[in-house]
Amino acid sequence: MDRMVRSYRPVLTHVTTCMDDFIVRALVAGVAVALVAGPFGCFVVWRKMAYFGDTMAHSALLGVTLSLLLELHPGIGVFLVAAAVAVALVGLQQRAVLPGDTVLGILSHSTLALGLIAIGAMAGARIDLMSYLFGDVLTVNAEDIRMIVIFAPIALITLLLVWRPLLAGTVNRELAQAEAQRPDIAEIIYLILLAGIIAVAIKIVGILLITALLVIPAATARRFAATPEMMAVLASAFGVLSVVAGLVISLTIDTAAGPAIVVAALLAFLLSVAWPR
Amino acid sequence: MPQTDSTATTTDILVEVRNISVRRGETTLLDNVSLSVRRGEIVTIVGPNGSGKSTTVKSILGIVKPQQGSITVAPRTRVGYVPQKLEINWSMPLTVQRFMRLTQRHSKSQILAALKITGVEHLLEREMTALSGGEFQRVLIARAMASNPDLLVLDEPVQGVDYNAEVDIYQLIADLRDSHRCGVLLVSHDLHIVMAQTDTVVCLNGHVCCSGSPQAVTNNAEFINLFGAGGAAALAIYRHQHDHSHGPDGEIIPAGADACDHLHG
Repeated sequence: MDRMVRSYRPVLTHVTTCMDDFIVRALVAGVAVALVAGPFGCFVVWRKMAYFGDTMAHSALLGVTLSLLLELHPGIGVFLVAAAVAVALVGLQQRAVLPGDTVLGILSHSTLALGLIAIGAMAGARIDLMSYLFGDVLTVNAEDIRMIVIFAPIALITLLLVWRPLLAGTVNRELAQAEAQRPDIAEIIYLILLAGIIAVAIKIVGILLITALLVIPAATARRFAATPEMMAVLASAFGVLSVVAGLVISLTIDTAAGPAIVVAALLAFLLSVAWPR
Repeated sequence: MPQTDSTATTTDILVEVRNISVRRGETTLLDNVSLSVRRGEIVTIVGPNGSGKSTTVKSILGIVKPQQGSITVAPRTRVGYVPQKLEINWSMPLTVQRFMRLTQRHSKSQILAALKITGVEHLLEREMTALSGGEFQRVLIARAMASNPDLLVLDEPVQGVDYNAEVDIYQLIADLRDSHRCGVLLVSHDLHIVMAQTDTVVCLNGHVCCSGSPQAVTNNAEFINLFGAGGAAALAIYRHQHDHSHGPDGEIIPAGADACDHLHG
C-alpha cells in the first residue's frame, strides 16, 4: 500500500501545478510507443503474425492480475505473461499438433476470457476494465512515462542489433540458418521485446487495439517503401502521426483516445491506398 | 565417355558425409547415409518425396544435427546455398539488390558481377515478387555465387520454372561448375534432365539405394524398382540424344520433349 502511495505522489503534485500536463504525458508516451511499434509492426506484417500478436495482447489481463497479486507495476506483470505466452506459442507451433491459426484461435480468446474472470475475482469493482481493454492515455503517470522512455530506446537499439538475422530468417529460415545467422535467437529476442511493447502500449490503445497500432502503420508504409528499412522508418512516422492526430480528435470531440488513434491510423491507411502512384 | 571426375582426387573432397542417421521422434528420416562431393564434381541426389533429400542437404549445411555418423567439411570451404521453395511475402519491399545483401555485406559491384554470372544483372532494381519463376531462381543462384563458393548446394532449383527455363538453368549450373571449379550438390526430383550433366548420382530412399555414375545407377535393379522402368527409359533416351548433339543449344529441347512423349505414351 505504501508503495502505491509513493508512486502516485508526483502525479498529484503535477496536477495541482499544471492542467495540461496530462496531455503532454499522453503525447510523450504515445509518440514513444508509436516509434517502437513501427519497425516491430513491420515484422508482424512480414511474418504474418497479426493473430499471434493479438493472442499475446489478449493475455495481458492475466498479466494485470499477476501484478495485482505480486503488487508490481501492471506493465511488469503484462510483460512477463505476454513473453511467456509468446515462447509457449512458438513451442506449440513447432509441435504442430493442430494448425497454427487454430492454436491461436483457442488461446487468443481463452486467455482473454480467463483474464476477465481472474481480474474480476481479484479486484472486483476496483478495476476500470474499459481502460485496460481500450486504453486510457490521459491517465499516463510519471512512472509509466519513465518505463516507456527507458524501454523505447532499448527496444529500438536491440532490434537494430538483431536486424540482419531477423530479416534473413523472415525471408527464409533455412537460408538464414545455413548462413550462420542464428534466426532462432533473433526471433526470441524479437518476441520478448514485442511483449514489452504490449506492456507499455496498454495505457495508450488498450489490449484489444494494440495489434492495430502494430499492423496499420506498417501496412500504410508498404506502399511508399522500396526497402524493408525504409518501410520500418515510415511505419514509425505514420504511427506517430496517428497518435498525434488521434489525441487531437480525442480532445476536440471528447472521445476515448485509444479508438481515436486507431481511426486516425485507418484514415492514413485509406489515404495511402487512394494515393496515386 | 561423359564421366568427368577423372581429374578429381581425394584431396579435392569438399564435403564427406559418413554413415549419418537422422531421427525425428519415432520416425527415421535418414538411415546410414554416406556421400561425398569433390571440387568440380556435380553430385545429384534423387529420390521420391519424403526420401530424405532435403534432410541430407540440411545436415550438410548444419541446420539439422544427425544423431549418428559424421560430416566433414574441408577447411575454408565456402558454401553457397539455394534453398527450396523460397517465397517472398508481398508485404515486404525487397528489391533484387537488397535481397543479394540479405546475409552478407556485398558491394554493388560484387552484386552486379554475381547477377551477371547468371545473366540477370538487368533485374537489379526489380522487386523480388515481380520476377518470373526462371528469373527468381537465377537471382537465387546469383546470391549464392556472390560469396564465391567452393561448394554450391541447390535444393530443387527448378521448382516453379517452365520447361525451357529449366533446361537453361541446368546448363547454367553445369557452366558454373566449369567456370568456377566449384563442387555442386543438387537435389532433384527430375531425373531425365539432371543426370546428363551429373557425375555422380545418389539415389535416396531413407537410405542410399545406389550411387555411382548415371549409367551405373540406371541399370541398378533397386533404382528401376523405385522409379519404374519408364523413368529409366526416359533417361536413356535423353542421354542418347545428348551424346549426339554435345552442345548446350536448342537441340536439347526437342530431345527432352521427345523423352517426355515417351514417358506419357
